Amino acid sequence: MSAAVRIALTVNGAPREAEAEPRVHLCDFLRHGLGLTGTHMGCEHGVCGACTVLLDGESVRSCLTLAVQARGRSVTTIEGVARPDGTLHPIQEALAASHGLQCGYCTPGVVMTLIELERELAGRPADEATVRRALAGNLCRCTGYQGIVDAALSVLNAAAQEAAQ
Amino acid sequence: MKPAPFAYHAPATKAEALGLLARLDDARVLAGGQSLLPMMNLRLAGPTNLIDLNGIAELSGIRRAGDALVIEAMTRQRAAERSELVREHCPLLAEAMAHVGFQQTRNRGTVGGSIAHMDPTAELPVVACALDAVLTVESAAGGRQFPIAELAQGYLMTQIAPDEMLVRIALPLWPKGHGFAFEEVTRRGETFSVVCVAALARLDGAGAFARLALAIGGLGAAPVRLQAMEAALVGARADAEAFAAAGAAAGALEADEAPFAPPDFKRHLAGVLTQRALARAAGRARRASS
Repeated sequence: MSAAVRIALTVNGAPREAEAEPRVHLCDFLRHGLGLTGTHMGCEHGVCGACTVLLDGESVRSCLTLAVQARGRSVTTIEGVARPDGTLHPIQEALAASHGLQCGYCTPGVVMTLIELERELAGRPADEATVRRALAGNLCRCTGYQGIVDAALSVLNAAAQEAAQ
Repeated sequence: MKPAPFAYHAPATKAEALGLLARLDDARVLAGGQSLLPMMNLRLAGPTNLIDLNGIAELSGIRRAGDALVIEAMTRQRAAERSELVREHCPLLAEAMAHVGFQQTRNRGTVGGSIAHMDPTAELPVVACALDAVLTVESAAGGRQFPIAELAQGYLMTQIAPDEMLVRIALPLWPKGHGFAFEEVTRRGETFSVVCVAALARLDGAGAFARLALAIGGLGAAPVRLQAMEAALVGARADAEAFAAAGAAAGALEADEAPFAPPDFKRHLAGVLTQRALARAAGRARRASS
């Protein structure tokens, strides 16, 4: 009653296709169906945010989205964040520089959330409350969040800081 | 864990979805999936048939219709949060929406899904209760409307029949110049509330309450309104004494035992948050009229 279906979608800008049962959520599909293991599964019920990916540009829990619901849509995972030559995204650079990660398990989800926040701010400066609100849905058990918040603020306010100098 | 197997249906129209609901046994509709999919992952829910409403465009949208704001059930919470119509006509909903789940769940979660799910700790049913929302449910046989006060029939149980689904929420608007406030206490940051309170208030020229609404969530299976206190305060000065009286009434309500939240604690929160919410709503009404 639950035969595998063909799921074709765009992942990190490239067309991808694989089979999965309708009950397979997007996180398992990315990891097991497409071999993209950068998206981490944490709690599997929407609390921890480790599995956050972008679906048509919006951050979503990939454990709370069925793979079949992503048919024909565009998904961005942590593998699509750095440049093809390996140059890290500024948010990734900043997380490393500010000790915004330790074990790294939550980091892919944190990066996806911050990329969405950066896009939504569209160049407006960010304050700490805004960053902490956006990150409320991403649990980190290592850093105590301060390093993550520092990293986010340094990137989101980089343009304003440069203009002030 | 992983969801148990189910048959997946993705209707393109509301009529098609209602037809499936009428025809299929043990079917659940899938809205944003931010409550149902966790329950399915944890195998607390395991429908034989899952009817995905996400491809049905006619079930989304926000519009003004006379003296009401009409929100189609599949409208994303994030869309309502950012809606100019909501901010202008129903600021209570805009303020409360920022407390619903997380940014990542609001991107998927829907207004109707949250109300139909009736989680006792959810914010949206409390807002809908304060506003006297009118719900429209439909089945293949037709539609019917009822006030939100009649929705709940126990914990996570509603009067929506197995072959029906919630399609629309109408929020009667309060006139310009009303005050509003949403208050909640959570166990950590932005997560499920323990108790939350929605307050609406209108003042007359003399600074007395002309109309008010107080809804409290988290005490039991469904939000409760402080109807007797609302009526008693009409005509009374909107001052500290009135706010304290409302708080005392809220603090005397029945409260169920919940994990990490004994009834006394919840009643205490209800009292403090009601007092705080009404004071803030009255303050906003006063500033709007001055």
